[in-house]
Formats: sequence, C-alpha cells, structure tokens
Amino acid sequence: MMRATDFRYHAARSVRDAARALRDGGADAMLIAGGTDLVPNLKRRQQAPSLLIGIRHLRELRRVRNGKGLMLGSAARLAEIAADRRVSRDYPALARAAGLVATPQIRNMGTLGGNLCLDTRCTYYNQTAEWREAINYCMKAPGSNGGHACTSPTGDAICWVATSSPRCWAVSSTDTAPALIALGARVTLVSADGEREIPLEELYADDGMAYLTKRPDEILSSVHLAPAQAGWRSTYWKLRRRGSFDFPVLGVAVAVRIGEGNVVGDARVVLGAVASRPVLVPESSALGGRPLTDDAIEAVAAAAAGYATPLDNTDLYYAWRKKMVRHYVAGALRELAAATAVATRGA
Amino acid sequence: MNVIGKARRRVDARAKVTGATRFADDVAFPRMLFCKLLRSPHPHARILGVEAGAARAAAGVELVLTGADFPIAYGIMPVSQDEYPLCRDKVRYVGDPVAAVIATSEREAADALALVRVAYEPLRTVASPQEALAVSEPRIHDYGEGGNIHRLAHLAFGDVEPALRTADRVFEDVFFYQGSTHLPLEQHAAVAALDPDGRLTVWSSTQTPHYVHRELARALDLPARQIRVIATPNGGGFGGKSDPFNHEIVVAKAALVTGRPVKITLTREEVFYAHRGRHPVLMRLKTAVKADGTILAMDLETLLDGGAYGSYGAASTLYTGQLQTVTYHVPRFRFRACRTFTTKPPCGPKRGHGTPQPRFAQEVQLDKVAVALEKDPADLRLQQLASANSLTANWLRIGSMGLRQCIERVVAGSGWRERRARLPYGRGLGLACSSYLCGAGLPIYWNEMPHSGVQLQLDRSGRVTAFCGATEIGQGSDDVLAAIVAEVLGLDPSDVKLVTGDTDLAPVDLGSYSSRVTLMMGNAAIQAAERAKALLAAAAAGKLEVPAERLAFADRRVFDVEDPSIGMAFQEAVVAAEVEHGTLGTTGSYRPPRGPARYRGGGVGPSVAYSYTAAVVEVEVDAATGWIRVPKVWIGHDIGRTLNPVLARGQVEGSVYMGLGEALMEEQEFRRLPPRLSAALVHKIPSILEYKSLTSLEMPNVVTYLIEDPDAAGPFGAKEVGQGPLLPIAPAVANAVYDAVGVRVDEVPITPDLVLKALDEEAKGKAGRVGPAGFPDVPWPEALIIPPPWEGGDGRAINEKATSRDALPTRHSGTAGVKV
Repeated sequence: MMRATDFRYHAARSVRDAARALRDGGADAMLIAGGTDLVPNLKRRQQAPSLLIGIRHLRELRRVRNGKGLMLGSAARLAEIAADRRVSRDYPALARAAGLVATPQIRNMGTLGGNLCLDTRCTYYNQTAEWREAINYCMKAPGSNGGHACTSPTGDAICWVATSSPRCWAVSSTDTAPALIALGARVTLVSADGEREIPLEELYADDGMAYLTKRPDEILSSVHLAPAQAGWRSTYWKLRRRGSFDFPVLGVAVAVRIGEGNVVGDARVVLGAVASRPVLVPESSALGGRPLTDDAIEAVAAAAAGYATPLDNTDLYYAWRKKMVRHYVAGALRELAAATAVATRGA
Repeated sequence: MNVIGKARRRVDARAKVTGATRFADDVAFPRMLFCKLLRSPHPHARILGVEAGAARAAAGVELVLTGADFPIAYGIMPVSQDEYPLCRDKVRYVGDPVAAVIATSEREAADALALVRVAYEPLRTVASPQEALAVSEPRIHDYGEGGNIHRLAHLAFGDVEPALRTADRVFEDVFFYQGSTHLPLEQHAAVAALDPDGRLTVWSSTQTPHYVHRELARALDLPARQIRVIATPNGGGFGGKSDPFNHEIVVAKAALVTGRPVKITLTREEVFYAHRGRHPVLMRLKTAVKADGTILAMDLETLLDGGAYGSYGAASTLYTGQLQTVTYHVPRFRFRACRTFTTKPPCGPKRGHGTPQPRFAQEVQLDKVAVALEKDPADLRLQQLASANSLTANWLRIGSMGLRQCIERVVAGSGWRERRARLPYGRGLGLACSSYLCGAGLPIYWNEMPHSGVQLQLDRSGRVTAFCGATEIGQGSDDVLAAIVAEVLGLDPSDVKLVTGDTDLAPVDLGSYSSRVTLMMGNAAIQAAERAKALLAAAAAGKLEVPAERLAFADRRVFDVEDPSIGMAFQEAVVAAEVEHGTLGTTGSYRPPRGPARYRGGGVGPSVAYSYTAAVVEVEVDAATGWIRVPKVWIGHDIGRTLNPVLARGQVEGSVYMGLGEALMEEQEFRRLPPRLSAALVHKIPSILEYKSLTSLEMPNVVTYLIEDPDAAGPFGAKEVGQGPLLPIAPAVANAVYDAVGVRVDEVPITPDLVLKALDEEAKGKAGRVGPAGFPDVPWPEALIIPPPWEGGDGRAINEKATSRDALPTRHSGTAGVKV
C-alpha cells in the first residue's frame, strides 16, 4: 500500500475560483487536472500538499476552438489533442507528441496543461519516501514531513546526479512542450490578479526544481497556436525503451517552413528530456534561406548534440543518449525534407 | 487418448478470466488486522537498539514486533539457515525488515512505522563479488567459506589440463550475465488466522507450501500439526515465491499473539527487496576442441553475486555448472564456482535457476568456435550431441534426448541454411540450444519419503476428488492433475474436483519449483488413478461378467473392449466398487530413482529426465543507434509428450518473453552514492515502470515446435516445459547480433550502447567485442576428483572420504574437510 498524505480537495467552480483558491492556499495548495503525474508522486510523498484544487471538470479549460489559429484549453485530454483533425492536419508535431505520451489510459485522463507542467523527473526523485530516506533525500525532495534537510556532510543541499553542482538536474520529460515550442505556441497564465500571455518557451527555466517560470498562483489556462501557413511541416521523434508507455529519454520536435525551390523559410528544432527544460537549438535558424540539404541537416544535428546534457538519472546510458541526439535530429529533419513519414523509434 | 494431448481450456481458466480466483490478497476476515514492515534504510549496519513505545501507543496499533520476538533462524536450505523474520543484530541490505506494526488498518500501520526508532551503527558495504573477495572484514555472515565467500566448489571430472595444453584449438572467454528479478504481476501476500481450537492457518502466495509449513514450525517453535498452510493460486511465481519469507512468519506470529487474523501485502518496491532472483554471474570458460570443433574438455569458473542471504544459493552455485554436460558430449569437465555475499537483496532461483548464465557462456562460445572453424553453428552442435540413455562426465543420467529434432525443426523453419550469414547487414540469425531438468533428484531437506503424493476419493455421485499438495502458480498444475486422472479413469477433466496446495487436506508435494510438478505429481496421479481403476474394474467385471483386463475406461463408461455395448456408466462402476470394497480411496506417490552420482555436490544436477530446446532468433540491428529489434523466434522444445498443447505453448512463449527481457533490458541494478558523501547502496529502480521488461509491443512472433519423443520416466512420456525454453534465448540473441553486424557482446542485457560501443571498437580496428575484461583470483579449494564413466569411475570422488549420505546436495556448513 502506498497512500498520499491527507489533503482537502476543492472542486473549483470556475477558473477564477480556482485562481483565488490557489492564491489563498499559498505554498500548501496544488492544482490537479488528470492527476496522472501528480497522484503517483503524492503516493510516493514527493509532494505533500494540504489542498488540491481540481480543475479537470472546468468546461472553459477543456475547449479546443478555432480563432486566430487554434486555442487549446489546458484541461483538454491528451487523447483528444492527438485525435483532433485540426491538430493533426496543421500541427502534426503536436498530434504526434500528444499521441506518444504514456499509455491510452493515461492519455484519456492526462491533460495538455498537465503535460506542459509535468514535474521534472529523476531516478533519485521518482522513488518512495522510504527509498529516498536510504539516500538521505535530495535537493528536490527533502524528507516528506520536512523534518529532514537533504544533506551533504557540510550541510548543503545535494543533487546526487552531480554532487558538486549547486542546482537540481531533474529532467524535463514533457513530450508536448518541445512540439509546441517548435510550433511557436504561446500560453495564457491566469491568476486572481489577472492574466498574461507569454511564449511557451519562456515558461521554462533550466532548473530541475524551479523548472517553471510562472508564479505559483498562476494557472496555465490555454495554449495558442498561430494560424497554419502554407509550407509548414512539423514532426516529433521520441526515444524511449518501450513504445507502449515509457517517458522520453529524448524528444526531438522540428518545425520548418519550406517555400519556393525547397528553400527553408523558418526552422525550429527543440530537444526534450536532455535538460531540465526543453531546449530550442539556436543553430536551427541557420537552416533558413537555403534548401534542406543533407549537409545543412548534419550541421544542425551536430550542433544540437552540444545542447544536450543527459546525465545518469533516467533510463538508458547517458553517453549513448547524447549520441542519439544527432541521429534523431537528423532523422526528424530528413523526414520533413522528404515529407515522408518515417516510423519513430518505439512509436 | 481422450484428454492427454488435446488442446483444452484449462480447468481454472473461467475463474481466472472472470476475476473469481481468490488470490492471497483477496482473503479477508472480520476483525482482520494489517501488518506493515519497517525496513532498513542502511545497506549494512549493526542494530544498536529498537524503541517501539511510541508506535505501540499510536492510534489503531495493536502490536509491534521486533527481532527480539523471533529468536530462531530459518532458511530454505538446511545448510544456510541464516535469516530471521525480523533482523536481530544486523541489517544486510536496504529493505531488510527490522520491525512490524500490526494495526486495525493498513494506513495506521504504515503511519506508525515512522514512530519506531532504530539506532544503527553503519558497517562497510559490499556491492559486488569482486569486492566481496577483496573485503574479508566485516563479514556479512559469520558462516561460509571465510570472509564474504558463501560457497566454493571445485569438481574435476577427469583431467582437463592435457587437452587444454595440446588440443588443436582452445577457446577462452569471459562472460557476464546480469541479475534480474521475477516480476510476477501478483505481489506477495499472506494472511494468518487462528481457528477456534487455536490452530494456525496461513494463506500465502507461495510456490512451496510444504517448505513454508516446515519453516513456520521451526521459526515459531510450534508443532507442525498445529499449522496449516494454504497456497493460494499465485499470480505468477517464476521462483520468486519459493522461499519461506519473513512476512509469512511475522503475520503468523502476530495472529498467535493477537488472536485476530492478520494480513500483509507487499508493495511492488518490497517485492524487489524480497527478490531471490537471477544471480549476476561472471564466468570464465575455456574449451579445448579438435580441428573439426569436437569438444575435448571444458573448464568453467563462475562467480556469483549472492546478495545478503543464503536462500537457495548453495544449490544455485552448483547449478552454474552441473547442467553444462547434458547437451553435447563433454569428455572431461572441470567446474569451479564461488558464491559471495553482498549487501543487496538476496538472489535465489529464477526460471532456469543458475543455468541460464553458464548456458549463455557455452552457447555464445560455441558460436565463436563455429565462426573460427568456418562451420555452420548448427552442424557443430549436431555433430556432438549427447546420446540418449547415456551418462555424462559428471554422472548425470540422460534419458530421452530430442535435441536433434529440435535443432532440425528450427533450422528448417527459420530458413537457417539459406539465410544465416547471408542476410543484409543489420539483419541476422542466431542459434542456441539448452537443456533443463524435470525435477531435482533430491528434496531440499534430506529424506527418503515421496516427493509428491496424490490421494483420490471416489464418491457414489461419480465424481472423483484429487488431493495433492501441488501448487497452482499459473503454470497449470491443477489442469495437469485433472487431465491425468481423467485420462486414466475415462472421465472429462471437469469431473475431477481438485484440492491442492493445502497442507491440512492434501498429501505433500514439495512445491512448484525445479520443473518437477508435471513429472512427479503426474506419476503419483497415474499410480493413484490406476489403483482406483483396478478397484472399479474388479467390481465392474463381476457385474458385467467380463474379465477385468478386458475392460476399458472412456467417455465416462466402463466397457468391454471386445464389445463396447457391454458396459456400464462410470458412476455405476463406482457404486459397484463401493458395495464390494467399502469406501473408495486410493493413493499414489512418486520419488525419483536415485542417480549414479556419488560425490559431494552430485546432488545438484541429477534428474530423472531432461528436456531439450533449440531456438533461432532473428534480429534487426540498427548500426547507427545499436538498437535491436527481434521480429521472430523459432523454438523447438523436446517435451517428451504434450499433455495440454495450450498450456505447453503458453509456457514456451512465456519463456521466450522472459528470456528476451533478460537478453535485451532487464537488470536488477544497484546504485552506490559517492563514498565520500554517503554510504548508501540502493536498488536503482524498484518500480515496475522503471525496471524495464518487455511489453507485448516488443514481443516477437514465436513459432513453437513441440517435439514429442516420450520419455519412459514421465507421465505419458511428458517432460518439463516451464523453464527450459528460456535458456537458449539470450545466447541466440547474442549470436544473432553477431550475424547481423559482426560484433560480440559477451554479456546481457545487450543494450544499444553496448552494441554501439562494440561497433565503434571495431571501426577503430580493435576487436569488435564488449564484455567483462577479466576474472578475479578466487581461492579455489583442492579439486574433488571424479573420473568420468568412460575413465573407469563409479560416480564417487577418488579423493573423498565415504559418508553415509554421500549424495547430499550440499555439505553442512558446520562440517570441516572436503569442499563441495
């Protein structure tokens, strides 16, 4: 038996109500939508909130609608996103990424917003309280009752992945974020004080603990995609041990606009699961203005590998995972160059 | 035959698929209490004190037990009774139980665990066998072969040295086989309760209710007649529920103390700590061959990582060598084995028990021999198969031997002759063979009683009830029992009611381990059924005025074979027999005949029959990533006789599944933190999500050939099928990877990074091989010299003192003198 600590549950009546409850609840409150990420973590006592604010049933968060482009409610189910014809037609990278998250059961429960805010993962962290006691906890998850500080002999908080590092190296493991960043998505954050819209890319910080830049009292309410333009192609490649349900150990999202004469207009290559945040590869913009040749692809793929810092805290050997970045980026770009679907590993 | 060999729905299928089967965790009683165990957070520490007062005072808590409540040690093997239900003086791995809280709810029990204060003095940890050899102090246990060595063996069946010096070719390799765990879907659970007379009953998901019964009596110091053990149907066992477990003894004690029913169900994490899975084994194998590849001598050294306790380790140690001789003729064989203690969860028997590791070494090395000598690996094997009805160098008696047909079928089915070494780069085929025993020749504890007993009760309704201690762990033992009784008595399996796995109601069967149930229970069932048949025939003969020997039993009738219209219903025959003989009941029992091995250590390996398997695995290797995909497996298994093809094929496919998991991804892996910062030594991934095993998506097509060459020792000629088919899979994958991309991975799991590393090495002009670099120095004892049969031996060691029980599986740890 594993059980969460006791908590109160507040079924929010509206987004405004949820925002107020979140503000009033302070540090002890957390949002819950599908719960597919949060509930196992609660049972392992990785978090112990005293208040859960339920938003999964709020219709205003579940809608997917046309407007200026496409607006996706954050409580839309991953299965709905994956099956949405507008998404698969105009934003295939997102449809693919959403369709590759975990299992059908989890995609039926799990939400887009939940996947975007997915807690960072680490094999020192995604463990029971008893297991973590045996390593004397870590920087990201001190003892469940707050009684233990994660420690080194000098009393400093430790990340066991890189013990001399001052930061936490837990891994961003969302599939949909790389895809949506490649697609240039923006997100709306709602709080009791109002709302703001930011590029999705800016939602993330390279820190395994403070991996989201949003304030704790803000709710990610919707995702906005610009209207589909001619020539955009996108895809998502996912590397993992087993195609039936594992988290990614590498995600590669690529979006390119190919114009006249096969010349690239814009290109964005985004890596997932290689750092504490999704990583936009700056060199991908260098693809612009010339055809998507093998040489150009190889150059970006080689550059992309330089941005990946896999460590020994996920499945599969980290040095091998780094090698795969080049291979997967090149493969994803070649798929778009050929505009022919290539089966992803384990997809 | 009307039942045997027919594809049938198993007798327990309906209950399983409708959710009606009562597993141990489904057992519940009014006023039942719940138990949770406090487990050590330290890998190795002395217990200085346990303070449980606050826990005892906590809400809902009825009882707190500690090591002080359990003064008696226990363990599955008589030679290594090194476990306590709750640790007393020391903890030996992260997860070793220290205290138990029994409360009115599981939640209250779990919460109160935090109130138990244990003072520890951490001790140096030992993470690997190499470290165990180097670190003799502190000792993890104060028994064994000195330092942190648990067992040593050195057996010399003839002198291998001349051949190793003078043979045309000598091949030497070092291999590593990683440890893995059973991963049954059902977590272990046990419920204990007292009956109105104060007798103790324990329901448990165990494969070995008889051994649990014995160890409960021992550890609780209760007469065995006061204890009843009921093995509930297991949701998978695979060897992981073969030991008597601490949690079973703890809930029994708690029920005795509180007088209330007490339940425990392990979490998945706790199952990883209970473990008893595949030993990680490092192996050095030297084989001397003639120019044509004929084996002249084999020299094998194995080093086992035993984990923190003995478990079945004394037997596991010998199993890492003793079955190397039953597939091919090996004229001379030297085998040295060493099992070490480490501060990790104990290893024990997992499907194949100790034999998949050396089998991997032998079959991969044979592939290298074939390549080096430019021979077809299938031909290399076919030219030197062990013979049916022969003795091996280490005095195992082979009965029927269908390996030739197994090889021929998979070679033909896979297109081996046309496709091996001819597929495009990146695709390949690999072949490997194996053998497994049909029940260990000796019981776990020395005795001369039957290994299996079956009792039949025939009542006037025409129903037959079969009583047997055998345990249904999902393998289909209930179905086998019903089928055999039904076949002999001419009934439908549904006419046979079964009472199994219950030590109060059924005669002893030693348990569902070592692939022994079909053969041993089956033979006992045939004997009991034949006796019942004789009683019925005698009575029916009088009524029908037909000689008893002319009567046949089929279709629920007893009739004259010369004129089937003369006969009576089975039920009428039962009535006639009850009139004539009184209340009807028969018994049958089985004890395997003693093998010819008479040397110390010769108790491990003998079996009344051996199954044989050959497999061809096809792989696709992506040379850019090292990723391996297995699209298809052809597997031929010499089963002797198939009792129910549905079950047999299920066992073969399940073995392929488990073998591929070990070949490609499964690892029971541990993590040490930087020693300057922490003494932690923890299981890396005790979770069913992060412990990677195959899913149905990775499962290839499996083409199964059941080779039927009935063995005189088996019921209707049947041999085992539950474990053997796992054995060839890992080496066949390794050999297929070589065929696909030309590199050798001499260890499992064969992960993509290893394949890529081997390819990189090859590209740099080095040998395209990855695997362990060397084998450490082991203080091998003096050899026990046993001449093979063809060198004039008599099964005894020529340098061993005679003893009265000279075929004991293992020597007692307390006796000095000759090493195993």
